[in-house]
Amino acid sequence: MSTPVQLTTRKDWSSDQEVRWCPGCGDYSILAAVQMLMPELNVNREDTVFVSGIGCAARFPYYMNTYGVHTIHGRAPAIATGLAVSRPDLHVVVISGDGDALSIGGNHLIHALRRNVNITILLFNNRIYGLTKGQYSPTSERGKVTKSTPVGSLEAPFDPVSVALGAEATFVARTHDMDRAHMQETIRRAWAHEGASLVEIYQNCNVFNDGAFTDITSRTSRDDMLIDLHHGEPIRFGAQKQFGVFRHLDGSVYTDTITVDNESQIVVHNESAPDPSGAFALSRLTRSDHEPTPVGVFRSVQRPEYGDVLNEQIVDIQERDGLGDLASLFRGNGSWTVSE
Amino acid sequence: MTQSPSPLSSVVLRFAGDSGDGMQLTGERFTTESAVFGNDLATLPDFPAEIRAPAGTLGGVSAFQVQISDHDITSAGDTPDVLIAMNPAGLRANVAQLDRGATIIVNVDAFDERALTKAGYSENPLADGSLSAFNVFEVPMTSLTTAASAEVGVKPRDAERSKNFFALGLVCWLYSRPIENITAWIDKRFAKNDLVRQANYRAFRAGYDFGETSEAFAVRYEIAPAPFAPGEYANITGNTALAWGLVAIAQRSNLPLFLGSYPITPASDILHELSKHKRFGVRTFQAEDEIAAAASAIGAAYAGSLAVTTTSGPGLDLKSEAIGLAVALELPMIIVDVQRGGPSTGLPTKVEQTDLLHALYGRHGESPVPVLAPSTPGDCFETAIEAARIAVKYRTPVIILSDAYLANGTEPWPIPDPSTISPIDPDFASGPNATDAEGNPTFWPYLRNPETLARPWAVPGVAGLEHRIGGLEKADKTGAVAYDGKNHEIMTHLRADKVAGVVADIPDLIVDEPSSAATLLVVTWGGTYGPVAAGVRRARARGVPVAHMHVRHLNPLPANMGDILSSYTTVICPELNLGQLASVLRARYLVDVKTLSKVQGAPFRAADIDAAIEEYR
Repeated sequence: MSTPVQLTTRKDWSSDQEVRWCPGCGDYSILAAVQMLMPELNVNREDTVFVSGIGCAARFPYYMNTYGVHTIHGRAPAIATGLAVSRPDLHVVVISGDGDALSIGGNHLIHALRRNVNITILLFNNRIYGLTKGQYSPTSERGKVTKSTPVGSLEAPFDPVSVALGAEATFVARTHDMDRAHMQETIRRAWAHEGASLVEIYQNCNVFNDGAFTDITSRTSRDDMLIDLHHGEPIRFGAQKQFGVFRHLDGSVYTDTITVDNESQIVVHNESAPDPSGAFALSRLTRSDHEPTPVGVFRSVQRPEYGDVLNEQIVDIQERDGLGDLASLFRGNGSWTVSE
Repeated sequence: MTQSPSPLSSVVLRFAGDSGDGMQLTGERFTTESAVFGNDLATLPDFPAEIRAPAGTLGGVSAFQVQISDHDITSAGDTPDVLIAMNPAGLRANVAQLDRGATIIVNVDAFDERALTKAGYSENPLADGSLSAFNVFEVPMTSLTTAASAEVGVKPRDAERSKNFFALGLVCWLYSRPIENITAWIDKRFAKNDLVRQANYRAFRAGYDFGETSEAFAVRYEIAPAPFAPGEYANITGNTALAWGLVAIAQRSNLPLFLGSYPITPASDILHELSKHKRFGVRTFQAEDEIAAAASAIGAAYAGSLAVTTTSGPGLDLKSEAIGLAVALELPMIIVDVQRGGPSTGLPTKVEQTDLLHALYGRHGESPVPVLAPSTPGDCFETAIEAARIAVKYRTPVIILSDAYLANGTEPWPIPDPSTISPIDPDFASGPNATDAEGNPTFWPYLRNPETLARPWAVPGVAGLEHRIGGLEKADKTGAVAYDGKNHEIMTHLRADKVAGVVADIPDLIVDEPSSAATLLVVTWGGTYGPVAAGVRRARARGVPVAHMHVRHLNPLPANMGDILSSYTTVICPELNLGQLASVLRARYLVDVKTLSKVQGAPFRAADIDAAIEEYR
């Protein structure tokens, strides 16, 4: 069905719809990053579908000049599943938020990841309900004061990367809205991944949760607070790469200043480890948004993609038994003839 | 001893035993043999919601009722003429339904003190005279079965499990069924376990020979074949017919069939059936929940598939939001609701028609959806095809209201010639359909067909048709997000008018009224068709003129509905609910429709209908 890929620019990927996020919203930088990245992905616009649920982030498909569906709250991974398995020729991207993906749509998210459906999920995490004007979300920190929690929220938050790894997602990464190059590089890898990929994007809501990630993502703090993961390399961070990630005997990890004595003990990042425990430990490194936080690709492994195996079963049976024949089907459970 | 069988016009048999006794298998096999023999028939499986309820208790009784006849019949019969009770619970659960003079065949071996107590009998009903109104035959089925299969080396404990085949053999003798097909079927079905095959065969022969030689049964019966139109037939359940209808129309139309479903009684068999048909390219997706099942179907519809989701009442609740999205997206999609007793978990294995108002109105906003209901198991095939035609032509979700009675019941189904099923043209959009402000060709996803008001079905992969749709209100024609109130009113009317316009494809209602003298009209919808038609025939046989009209299209209603309703003095509507269609008809046509209600998890009996006709005429 696909035609040769046309050369495009950002403009080709931008729809004529006026963008209606609040001025200063982190969503603008994510949209720009994606629109600028698309011409580099070797894909035609008509073969690309953006599917979203409900929330501020969910308006994203309207702004992409591709096929797009703005659906219902939390259900985008399920709708995208039906689409992706029916049409393996398409690139399907799910745009979601922390409430959409992890609260009302938590079930669909984990099952899409578990099945390894060929979709790319971009999870915009601003740790707040924005479109409903400021209630705490499943990623809000405990004690957060919002309109619905005037004396502080009572709940322990989800870490989206931990949830995805718990569901044994085959590709899990994190990036943030303050670094276009990092976003693009991370999304590029997710796009190329065969199977389900989840990219958590820290995104600032300047109206209802301004500065939620400032301590880790601002230009001044970034060097010491972001731990950029690179496959096969010792995990070091800091302006002088003076800090490292180390592993306790129980498998959990911690950060420490690198010394001559401990340098050989720095954890070497292995995103392709078959067991997700190492990646999970990295996702548990940070217990608040004021601590050094890993970004980049936590896990990237190969596992059969759901749509592939579903369609393979069909092809295999058709090759083995031949194509279906209605006349035989109708007689399959036995029949009898009444004569004149 | 050879007897010449006495002719009978029809008989209603009910097999009853423990859930694990194989009553459904026995009933189905007897049915199949009767079908092949040429009788008309209708069946009513009746089983508990529990997979293995405590053995020997009333709650664990599984029954299978079948009526076989030498003439055209429409229901599985009101009261059994013959009850085959494999244990005391099977007797106790069913004896109250029997008329005086009915025949009861009991497995007397099962009537020990322990089993009697479990069934709630303080006295043995075989000994206390309480069954004196019936012809009771006490047959030692367990011991005769054990003796027969002991010859092939089966352990007594395992041998006992073949006793349903003994019962089948006895009934086959009693009703003069040919046995060659059954023995061939046993050979095939149990080919993998020779010991079981032999044990079942021996038990079956022992039952048949017992009838022949015991002299217990003075009379043997014969039910001649019914006058079927020439042709080839299959015995089919509603769930199978529905699945085959979907496969057939998808195949004929060259559309990939997608089913998103979540297991739920009594709809799961449609998922099971469709999962078998990968040779037809059918994609089945067992979703994580009912919501995802419906949502995945929307995704598949958007991708260009004939998309289906199947469920029962509680699942329809959960799918409501997704159906609303399909209404807004205006994508073709079929939702099958196999109705069961509600509310909540209700009666999972029992029939009810209580989801009509839910199907019509059970979504927020003005959210019109065409609704169809099959009338018989075989009609589920045609209904599935018609639902697909409406869904694709009008780009709309369509709800099919089947029910537990249709889903599991069977009837002889004339096998159609596949070439007579005309294909649906999906009429996919292939290029721009409008011009933008700068004069360039563009694609407007909500520019409608002026005749059907259907919007284009533009599937991804086609260059030049890139577009965005969603649950937010859209501007007329362009499909851009629009919050403008006037536009919303236009779009609300367009969606309503589009679904109302489906009436153009709906045939006028036909009233069944041989006498032309009736002032009383009986209106039915869905699975009540058969039992009510049987009741109407009874009334006519008594000389009462009565008209019967069956409604297949619940939304939109056929164009001549109002005229018909107002041309009768009295209109009664029997429904397995508290009067849902009646309230729709009353509201729409201002006709005083009377409700005949039943919510006992069982179909109407012809006698109920006959009595109601007598009351209202």
